[in-house]
Amino acid sequence: MNKIMKDYILGLLSKGERMDGRKLDEFRKPIKIEYGISTKSSEGSAIVHIGETMVIAGVKMAIGKPYEDTPDEGSLTVNVELSPMASESFEPGPPNDYSIELARVTDRVVRESGMIDVNKLCIKEGEKIWMVNVDIYPMNDAGNLFDACALAALAAIKDAKMPKIENDKVNYHEKTSKGLPLKKTPISVTVIKIGKHLLVDPLVEEFNALDARLTIGIDEANNPCAIQKGGDAPLSASDIDKMITLAKEKVKELRKVL
Amino acid sequence: MAYTKRLDGRKLDELRKVEAKVGVIKTAAGSAMFRMGNTIAYAAVRGPREVFPRSMAKPDTAVLRCYYDMMAFSGAGERVRPGPSRRSKEISMVTAKALEPVLDLTEFPKSGIDVFIELIQTDAGTRCAGICAAALALADAGFSMKDMVCAVAMGVIDGTVVADLDKAEEDYDKGPVADLAMAMLPRSGEVTLMQMDGEASQEHIIEAVELMKKSIKKIYEVQKKALLEKYGGVKDE
Repeated sequence: MNKIMKDYILGLLSKGERMDGRKLDEFRKPIKIEYGISTKSSEGSAIVHIGETMVIAGVKMAIGKPYEDTPDEGSLTVNVELSPMASESFEPGPPNDYSIELARVTDRVVRESGMIDVNKLCIKEGEKIWMVNVDIYPMNDAGNLFDACALAALAAIKDAKMPKIENDKVNYHEKTSKGLPLKKTPISVTVIKIGKHLLVDPLVEEFNALDARLTIGIDEANNPCAIQKGGDAPLSASDIDKMITLAKEKVKELRKVL
Repeated sequence: MAYTKRLDGRKLDELRKVEAKVGVIKTAAGSAMFRMGNTIAYAAVRGPREVFPRSMAKPDTAVLRCYYDMMAFSGAGERVRPGPSRRSKEISMVTAKALEPVLDLTEFPKSGIDVFIELIQTDAGTRCAGICAAALALADAGFSMKDMVCAVAMGVIDGTVVADLDKAEEDYDKGPVADLAMAMLPRSGEVTLMQMDGEASQEHIIEAVELMKKSIKKIYEVQKKALLEKYGGVKDE
């Protein structure tokens, strides 16, 4: 981590300022979602823009066999592919710790939170289920991939239409009008702590300078439904309380663009 | 019966709808979106930069590396397994070869120029759309280029030469289909990519090259227009 950059960021924060002129609790603009950007190929798709950050997500469905311990549940798999397209600092090759964490946290917000009613993805108990794959591709990392990836996944899932089944096979060329069975619509807000300051929607430079971060998935009833702490510094109960309060406030803005 | 009427009603030399936009990926040195019908490609250029592994660097020239990738949900049927495959590696390689002839890589010795290509939706002609996007992204990055690169899949369907095969034509089953993916330099008419699947006579292949010269005028126009939209009017910041 670059000490000069961190000192610069800290200097600004102590005056209540940020590198790009935003307030500490302000998201970049515009926050924009384009739905159905790959309708011909995928069951659901979307591009999310947060400022200059851009993430594409798509849903593909297939018929499969359920796991033995969950014979009446469909499956949802969430995957983030960190292409070196998105950033000067990503390299081709096997996933590193950061990309694995990004994928896992997105999975926690999208899947573990119970967004989709997996029971309704069961076609025939013990035999046939829908397998839903959500693949997320950051195209440009200008900061805050955690929140952008979760938002893109949610948007693609909301956009999805179930394909037709013909002779026990998926007909990928025809979709039904039925969407995926959504139970909740969690959105994540990542609050980072640099020094004693809390801020949202970090730029790459701010993200690299953080001491601690908390990604909080929040459902439409404004309840936390997934959490991940990151960074080297510990957080106190009061830090966590403030971070959740801030996330609950900011999530309302993100919910408006859905 | 010979293939005289195209499945989607296009004229023999008619392309699908072509669209392009440059500067779509803001932190990249250069970037572009290129759309041919339902096939949509994004390309981003990173570099010139250090080459990893270093042993790949060349003392007198830059190394151009392309990375072609279909997004997992972008196929016509089931999910495509993410990550490089034999197919994507080979397409990446021929993509670099299709682009290299217009670049002067000796301008940046010892360095690497990486071009990342992502397909978000596919309906045949993906490598060609990728090459068109990549050429635009290189131009957007400001590399000196002696020509643009235009690519399109030509076809010989049941003895008829057509431009810009779509998936339905690729799968045409009432006669033999040859799929001839090519890239061409629009000013010189030289061919920098040529791959054919299927059978076609020598005469038909040459006919396809000649027809392509005519067909790609539209691609070239759209590419130039996209660059002019970003760079055409010099505005005060």
